[in-house]
Amino acid sequence: MLDAAKTQETLLEVNNIEVIYNHVILVLKGVSLNVPKGGITALLGGNGAGKTTTLKAISNLLKSERGEVTKGTINYRGSRVQDLLPSDLVKMGVIQVMEGRHCFEHLTVEENLLTGAYTRGSSRGEIDADLEKVYTYFPRLKERRKSQAGYTSGGEQQMCAIGRALMSRPETILLDEPSMGLAPQLVEEIFNIVKSLNEKEGATFLLAEQNTNVALRFAQYGYILESGRVVMDGPAKELRENPDVKEFYLGMSDEGRKSFRDVRSYRRRKRWLS
Amino acid sequence: MPETLVFAMEVFLNGLMAGVLYALVALGFVLIYKASGIFNYAQGVMALFSAMTLVGIMNGQVPFAHLINATFGTDLHYFGWNVPALLAILLTVVVMIGLAWAVNQIIFRHLVNQEPIILFMATIGLAYFLEGFGDIMWGADIKKLDVGLPQGINEAIDEATFQIFDYGFFIDNLDIVATIIAAALVFALIVFAQYSKQGRAMRAVADDHQAALSVGISLNFIWVMVWSLAGFVALVAGIMWGTKSGVQFSLSLIALKALPVLMLGGFTSIPGAIVGGLIIGVGEKLFEFCFGIGQCFGGFINLGGATELWFAYVLALIFLVFRPQGLFGEKIIERV
Repeated sequence: MLDAAKTQETLLEVNNIEVIYNHVILVLKGVSLNVPKGGITALLGGNGAGKTTTLKAISNLLKSERGEVTKGTINYRGSRVQDLLPSDLVKMGVIQVMEGRHCFEHLTVEENLLTGAYTRGSSRGEIDADLEKVYTYFPRLKERRKSQAGYTSGGEQQMCAIGRALMSRPETILLDEPSMGLAPQLVEEIFNIVKSLNEKEGATFLLAEQNTNVALRFAQYGYILESGRVVMDGPAKELRENPDVKEFYLGMSDEGRKSFRDVRSYRRRKRWLS
Repeated sequence: MPETLVFAMEVFLNGLMAGVLYALVALGFVLIYKASGIFNYAQGVMALFSAMTLVGIMNGQVPFAHLINATFGTDLHYFGWNVPALLAILLTVVVMIGLAWAVNQIIFRHLVNQEPIILFMATIGLAYFLEGFGDIMWGADIKKLDVGLPQGINEAIDEATFQIFDYGFFIDNLDIVATIIAAALVFALIVFAQYSKQGRAMRAVADDHQAALSVGISLNFIWVMVWSLAGFVALVAGIMWGTKSGVQFSLSLIALKALPVLMLGGFTSIPGAIVGGLIIGVGEKLFEFCFGIGQCFGGFINLGGATELWFAYVLALIFLVFRPQGLFGEKIIERV
């Protein structure tokens, strides 16, 4: 199933990692995935499946939440990155856009974007040029550049968070649930921007999403997580056609829509893996 | 011009000067609060500690002399040299940066993402520790601090006002110097926070630790920087107050006066600390003059003095009821 990924250069490689919070809570029980250069890879699954934890394990934001990678390895361009600081990873070109936007509320939109360039030693001129570039992708941000980020709408905050990440000139963006709490139209808009960033700037995305439908339309490859394990993976097209995915994540089945209780019992009988 | 009005003007000017000193202490609080959400109870003790360190270095005192003497039976007290004021101030800045680093390494690095109340308790612990540590290091006696700042009545103002009002105002030279230094400090801090890269990062950290980490800002670096800045402001406040009233334990209590200043100005605003300080300084002096000792309105209200002790706190209380974020504090942004 990994054939599609193997033909391209693998940027990020996660091998069988286990994550424990607070020394007791086991959240990831062996997650492996590969992110090819220049692709959009989706990480799917329900609430508490471990999507965010996987992303935070990669970007090393786990430590500040008392989480720890206890087993397995994470390699970026072939070198081990588990023991680095988040700022080192940003310098290497890996940046995370966190779930729930996390803009700096009291800073203006433009100041938010400028903080993204914190790790860069570039000149003012270069940074200004990048700022203009971000504004061409997100024209709405340009209109709101002087307003405090906390007072902008949810969609604008999501754009601000993505734009802020772009300012670090990343190679790989770990995008955590960009659709959260947004209207379908806005979700579409944001995913279209992600797609054009991927195509025009060559940015690699690892995308965690609950909105399976949208994610599989834009991604090339997908992994499905359930209770801290990868239970299925494959090219997005195949996943979309897969009857199990259709039933559990897209809400479609041959016998018409089942009641939630039926699905649950069915699911208990028919585990994909483990 | 009526005599009362002339007196009131002098009181007003003295109030402004006192306010500047309050504002200096309040500034240290604002800096740390802005960048880390920590209400630093130890700010006053930091001012005391920095002033003690400065005096100790200037006089060539042996640090931990009593401890060394008691342990080894020696009789050390002074190295026998005097360090020039400017060099001593520089050395004290180095000590305060070292302190900032140690505080971050030993305490706050381990408390990332904790509740504000836990951080606050940690600073109370730090305050008591630093108080004792300062005493062990430099001795608990009252010390005189003189870094060469001008002191005493300003003759020029005395002369000028005598010409105009037939009554010379008493304005202390030290207060004038303090005002100028405080103004310069505030200006520099505002420019730093608003327009520099590190200042922007500092405000970003204040808003959201996690997001700041995610864009590659090093929290440790920012915190050490902020505690160093607060240490520096504490040193300036320590020099001013220490010169005025001697370096002694009560110096750390001026931190309590900074509290109402913060409530008035807002915990997150640098200009707020200044305006709050001035309002409190002028307000308490004028209130004392008018109602405390009954000089206005023909002694209509005469509370019998000592209103300076409580005026600031009552004013802060009123502000808490009607405008909890203070005059310039950041509005609490809440989106539903």
